[in-house]
Amino acid sequence: MEPIDEILTETEALDLPTEPMRLNMGPSHPAMHGTIRMVLDLDGETILNVDVQPGYLHRGFEKSCERGTYAQVYPYADRLNYVSPMLNNVGFSLACEKLLGIEVPERCAYYRVLLGELARICDHFTCNGASAMELGAMTPFLWLLKVRDWIWDILEKETGARMTHSFGRIGGMAAPPTPGFKEDVRAILPEIRKVVGEAEGMLLKNRIFLDRTQGIGILSKERALALGVTGPMLRSTGVAYDVRKDHPYSLYDRFDFDVPVGTDGDNWDRFMVRMEEIRQSMRIIEQALEQMPDEGPINVEDPRIMLPEKREVYDTIEATIAHFKLVMEGLKPPKGRVYSMIEAGNGELGFYIVSDGSGTPYRVRVRPPCWFNLQASREMLIGDMIADIVPTFGSVNMIGGECDR
Amino acid sequence: MSQKVVKKLEKEFGDKILAKDDFRGDDEVTIALGSWVKAAEFLKSDPDCAMDHFGDLTAVDWPEREAEGGERFDLVLYLRSVEKKHRIFLRARVADGKKAPTLTPVYPGANWAEREVYDMFGIEFADHPDLRRILMYEEFEGFPLRKDYPIDKAQPLVEYRDVDDTLKLPPFGIEEGQPFGRIDWEGRLEGVGEQVSPSIGLQTGERRALSDSEVAEEQAAKLAEAGEAAEGAE
Repeated sequence: MEPIDEILTETEALDLPTEPMRLNMGPSHPAMHGTIRMVLDLDGETILNVDVQPGYLHRGFEKSCERGTYAQVYPYADRLNYVSPMLNNVGFSLACEKLLGIEVPERCAYYRVLLGELARICDHFTCNGASAMELGAMTPFLWLLKVRDWIWDILEKETGARMTHSFGRIGGMAAPPTPGFKEDVRAILPEIRKVVGEAEGMLLKNRIFLDRTQGIGILSKERALALGVTGPMLRSTGVAYDVRKDHPYSLYDRFDFDVPVGTDGDNWDRFMVRMEEIRQSMRIIEQALEQMPDEGPINVEDPRIMLPEKREVYDTIEATIAHFKLVMEGLKPPKGRVYSMIEAGNGELGFYIVSDGSGTPYRVRVRPPCWFNLQASREMLIGDMIADIVPTFGSVNMIGGECDR
Repeated sequence: MSQKVVKKLEKEFGDKILAKDDFRGDDEVTIALGSWVKAAEFLKSDPDCAMDHFGDLTAVDWPEREAEGGERFDLVLYLRSVEKKHRIFLRARVADGKKAPTLTPVYPGANWAEREVYDMFGIEFADHPDLRRILMYEEFEGFPLRKDYPIDKAQPLVEYRDVDDTLKLPPFGIEEGQPFGRIDWEGRLEGVGEQVSPSIGLQTGERRALSDSEVAEEQAAKLAEAGEAAEGAE
């Protein structure tokens, strides 16, 4: 019998008309990493063009900020990046404090660093776990989320809420650390380290995982910079830009930690950068635990900024008036505009606040890291296969709440 | 922090610089709108500035300034240099209804940021490659971040979106795309004898494509009739 390919070459070549197929993916798709719509132009399985359409989770964050006091922004800020809300809290506090020109006591700053780094570990674990799960690896997902639960237990003990804490205050924190805080954190650190090792052991030599992450979703250094990409995604392309190192805020110039960078800017590098950052965060936590004083004030002592003690509000007229004025009118920062940025889970989270001298922010602009990372994802997807959307989007870690605000 | 950059800008642009500010250490330079793109290009290409990292682009609405004869909006551009570790804010004033020049050729990252500014403030960017709403939908009325947009304003209900009327990449139209069921019950009850959905009928040659102009006209007439009937019932 003749081989089939010979028959095909002998007869006239099949001249079938082809045209790109348009496929709608999202906005609510089980494999999608958030609520987002993509309109794909496909040639077979290859992506010719993609139109990424965010906005399905738009809640009007910036408009809502313009109607209340500064303190009323906190619950909204929590819901920006709901995977690491504590970092948003800290970021907004730092922006307001910069506007006011105050600095929080050292103990509070350490407390913020500790809670923030715990939130970052949470964020990276969730991202890496979810990316692995979307590729079919269920066990690493559950193991990594186990750690998130341990951290949430600590955060719950400290703040009273597992997820949306609203724990930051302008000029301090809502409450001082609980007596057992340091011991709790010290107790989970070795466990976290163990889980990181286990997860790496499960995934890093897995053929499927390697095939679907290495060389997929590549972004070059120059394009990443020009597109405004920050965070682990920028570092995976080889740029060692970390806000904590380059523009140290809070106490980050006191800690010794490294900034991991990748080389290719593919999914694999993003995964590895996040894994290494978990280790670096733990280094920071260890140092902060050593340095953090056990005694001392947690809030600034300024009655124009901080609410008075509840006991005094009931007992004295001065405290009642101060409380009333702060709650009803809000604190009044001077006229001006500031930009304050922190390194959040996905990159540079900036707050651009314009004040007109009243108790209500004139304009609050959030620079969401996801917004610019997502913009770059278009270039990363074109030319890849349709199945590569899932791992690429997983490693971009688009958080709808932050991206769409 | 970036006084050197401010001095360089002053030297290069001279009287185009309208104001300077360094409140709380954030250096900001207000520049005439005509030099907006040139200034960004200069900051990017100048070896001493080397602002290679796009930060952010946003706007601030000052409606009271308009009454005093000034421009209504402030455009704020935030750039930084990874290598030199400095950053700067550029500000330009745009009047309501006037177009601003786009920065997308200089910084591709400005694409979505400018779309957002257009979406939220209604500032249009000349020569922007893809200026359409990004967070809101096409049919949204007004620009939400303008101060004269009430926060509790209700939006009208949007009719079923037709393909031609939207600037977004077309979603599937009224009678296009994949059918819900394989059996064409309408056809079966009418006695046409088609047991399958229109698109499968299409493949087997039993039906004409919807893109066929006659069919489209029929479809439109049908829809109009249905609409009139609905209005009459009201």
